[in-house]
Amino acid sequence: MSEKYISRSTAIAARMLGGELMVMSSSDSTFFTLNEVATVIWQAADGQTPLSEIVSRIVCTEFDVEPQAAQADAEEFVAELSQHGILLVSDHPKPHSGKQEPA
Amino acid sequence: MITEHQVAIDIGGVPIVLRTENAEFRELLASRYTGFVKRPSDPSFTLDVELVPPSPEMSSDDDVQVGLSNGKWQLRRGDFQAQWDPLAKTGWVRQTANPYSIDSVLRILHSLVLAKEGGFLLHAAGAIRNGCAFLFSGVSGAGKTTIASLAPSGVTLLTDEISYIRKGDEGYLACGTPFAGELARVGENCSASIKSVFLLAQGAENKIDPVPTSEAARCLLRNILFFAEDRDLVELVFRSACEFVEKVPVQRLTFMPDERVWDLIR
Repeated sequence: MSEKYISRSTAIAARMLGGELMVMSSSDSTFFTLNEVATVIWQAADGQTPLSEIVSRIVCTEFDVEPQAAQADAEEFVAELSQHGILLVSDHPKPHSGKQEPA
Repeated sequence: MITEHQVAIDIGGVPIVLRTENAEFRELLASRYTGFVKRPSDPSFTLDVELVPPSPEMSSDDDVQVGLSNGKWQLRRGDFQAQWDPLAKTGWVRQTANPYSIDSVLRILHSLVLAKEGGFLLHAAGAIRNGCAFLFSGVSGAGKTTIASLAPSGVTLLTDEISYIRKGDEGYLACGTPFAGELARVGENCSASIKSVFLLAQGAENKIDPVPTSEAARCLLRNILFFAEDRDLVELVFRSACEFVEKVPVQRLTFMPDERVWDLIR
């Protein structure tokens, strides 16, 4: 199975509200509230780190979850958000732009 | 186009002058927007309304389309076409001689103006009690008109359908609108600082429950009138809704359809 690299779309608006991350697509106005695990994945979506590494190095460290289940949940979350253009998925790392995107 | 007849409709402190060559239509507008008509001396915007004969393909059931093209907003629905230049502060509307099309144009125009200022139009009844504004938000059938119709004396009705929310220096203001729902009564043309927003739910008792901030934002966004397919504007409205729920208490109001519910609104 090939690696997945995820990055945040620029066509979104995001804001922490009441301890939850709210994300809205500015292209189709769909709206998501991310839970803690999803927020961690979202914040780590730099286009450089493979999704599997985000899960193993960050999600499984910060939360008490089984690696296999965490990977499956992450894949599902990424698939849903990518359908709405909120997360961008690639099978190769994004070239360095030299600019840090806001989380 | 000769536009010798004009009327200024002042909603939320934003007067829009409508100019028409048809005296009867001018009178129709003046009557429809009673309480919101002012002298057309210092308009925020001017719209020339061109009346066209009705045709079978003109339908208000079509979806409204709003987009920005070359710096001008293009508005289109089956029953009207309009253009608005926000920099020149002018525009035009092409429609038949009816009050409903121009009403929709005004709602869209105000939603665009408010978005730039951190405000919005909300599907909500609104009322002033003891100097404070209370909003009652919900989709059609949630009880906006019911709450408005149950209001006791001493309550000033701002609207039973669309609330006009402006960002102020210290908080948010609710302004009366002529955009009426089933009550078919225009609101009072006045404003007050918003004390609370209630998300309406009908139930077996009257009670108020807290709503988590994120849920409040989600519900609010669902009920904000928003027409434009424009990325920048979507972001503005999202930001406005988030800022609003951080400053104004949003609670759930479960109510039985009788006047005792107003005992909780203070």
